[in-house]
Amino acid sequence: MRPDLNIIQNWIAPGSRVLDLGCGDGSLLEFLKTNKGVSETGLEIAEANIAACLAKGVNVIEQDMNKSLQNFKDKSFDTVLLTQTLQAVSYPDVIIDEMLRIGKNCIVTFPNFGNWRSRLYLFTKGRMPVSNFMPYEWYNTPNIHFCTVRDFDVLCKEKNIKVITRTVVDHLHQGSWMIKAWPNFLGETAIYHISR
Amino acid sequence: MPKFIPENSVGIVEPQCLHFDDPLLLRSGKTIKSYDLMIETYGTLNEAKSNAVLICHALSGDHHAAGFHSEDDAKPGWWDNCIGPGKPIDTNKFFVVCLNNLGGCAGSTGPTSINPETGTYYGPDFPVVTVRDWVQSQVRLMDRLDIAQWAAVIGGSLGGMQVMRWSISYPERLRNAIMIAVAPKLSAQNIAFNEVARQSITADPCFHNGRYLEHGTYPKKGVMLARMVGHITYLSDSAMRDKFGKASEAIANEPIAGNFGRDLRTGKLSFGLNVDFQVESYLHYQGERFSEHFDANTYLLMTKALDYFDPTVDYEGNLSAAFAKSSCRFLLMSFSSDWRFPPERSREIVDALLEADKQVSYLEIEADQGHDAFLLPVPRYIEAFSTYLNRVSDEVNA
Repeated sequence: MRPDLNIIQNWIAPGSRVLDLGCGDGSLLEFLKTNKGVSETGLEIAEANIAACLAKGVNVIEQDMNKSLQNFKDKSFDTVLLTQTLQAVSYPDVIIDEMLRIGKNCIVTFPNFGNWRSRLYLFTKGRMPVSNFMPYEWYNTPNIHFCTVRDFDVLCKEKNIKVITRTVVDHLHQGSWMIKAWPNFLGETAIYHISR
Repeated sequence: MPKFIPENSVGIVEPQCLHFDDPLLLRSGKTIKSYDLMIETYGTLNEAKSNAVLICHALSGDHHAAGFHSEDDAKPGWWDNCIGPGKPIDTNKFFVVCLNNLGGCAGSTGPTSINPETGTYYGPDFPVVTVRDWVQSQVRLMDRLDIAQWAAVIGGSLGGMQVMRWSISYPERLRNAIMIAVAPKLSAQNIAFNEVARQSITADPCFHNGRYLEHGTYPKKGVMLARMVGHITYLSDSAMRDKFGKASEAIANEPIAGNFGRDLRTGKLSFGLNVDFQVESYLHYQGERFSEHFDANTYLLMTKALDYFDPTVDYEGNLSAAFAKSSCRFLLMSFSSDWRFPPERSREIVDALLEADKQVSYLEIEADQGHDAFLLPVPRYIEAFSTYLNRVSDEVNA
């Protein structure tokens, strides 16, 4: 399981109602359903992913969150998830607002563009970073809104969003004092637990 | 005639007629004292009686949903694309039950049956039946078959409305509700088309206020017209273009381009009131064929049942309140080019289910065939349908 997903599950209350925006093949929701007894709904637009959700018995709605989430009522879910998708949506700030409207609390994870590898890549090569973690070229990437940990902190402050917990992980320094000291430099994945 | 029965067909099937003597109190306040239901079943009921699936038919359907009645049958049942061994409603896994609804004209008690009180045809005296009445009769059928809970109740269009009624009125008696190309209730436009169809029938001089059978005649022209109007609403603009002139031809051959989707029947215009375009003769043919086997009074009843359907009527217009007691899982599928019951109408139901905190999945299938797509082998639809029901089978056959 992706390290961010493992951390997320600790923040989900057993038996709660969870909405996963861009739920992929439904693995996370399936895990939460089996282990936390959550009542799950996933939103997805990729046909193969939707089929995978049906095969797992995970509830999935074919809906493009970039168009609208207005059909979801205020505070109708306990937790709304957006994992590794923020950078691919058309209007990240609108999505965050909508998540906070629909969910009592929200969890957002995204790749940290402020990571030292990205900085080094851009600094030495002068080109947009390409790595195993972010394998696309600038012209074909679905990731159109990259941000850093610091960027996201600023957005939360501007929007008066309460950060319940912020965790930053990478495959080397997970949980070490160093990553806590320099999250925006060492973190590969940022994980935010937020509410209004 | 099929030269051979395909391997993924349920094969030769035989309908059965079940008689019911408990009076059925209808929504209208009238009662049907006794009645017959014509049914077909495919597959085998497992020992736990947990693998039974009910198929609800739409406006023109009946109990013959799959397979052939004889080797001379030109066509299989109306939903043969979806019912059979290895098909979405897999008869190797499920015990499939289909019936002809009350008021129908394929063997169940309806306007063409003899009214025991008068000794002649019910005709226009057959009471108006609603979706709720059908579902009530389907519960009786279920009890007769000694089935406690359906693994799934499945239907498209008007059939999907019956599924919705099941989930609201008999929540503990189904595990899954599968509604395809459905709407929570008809729009004004839908009702308008139905009224044109009804007027076509009742205005036919052979209609005789619905007593045409006693007059030894039949309002064939009226039924034809009704079906022609209906048929237009089942197809999409692009489905018609495809049927009556291919885009590729239009590009390859300049003079045809202007006539794209408007193929001429004979290659030239008649400059008269003759049938000039292919689409005209196609509609005539469809109407003609339909009028040969479908009863006019049944058509009127079915369109009324459609018009009257409103699951929110007991819930002050609130659809999510209607679903409050539902406990089954829901699957809805809609088709992009369906303008009779477009995807937005399915989404109204999905949103109400989400608001009611129900277990729901929803797919919006890209398809050109319009409302009719639910009857056709649209690949993504068939795959998703199979995937969902395989999972259901794993649960109920465990």
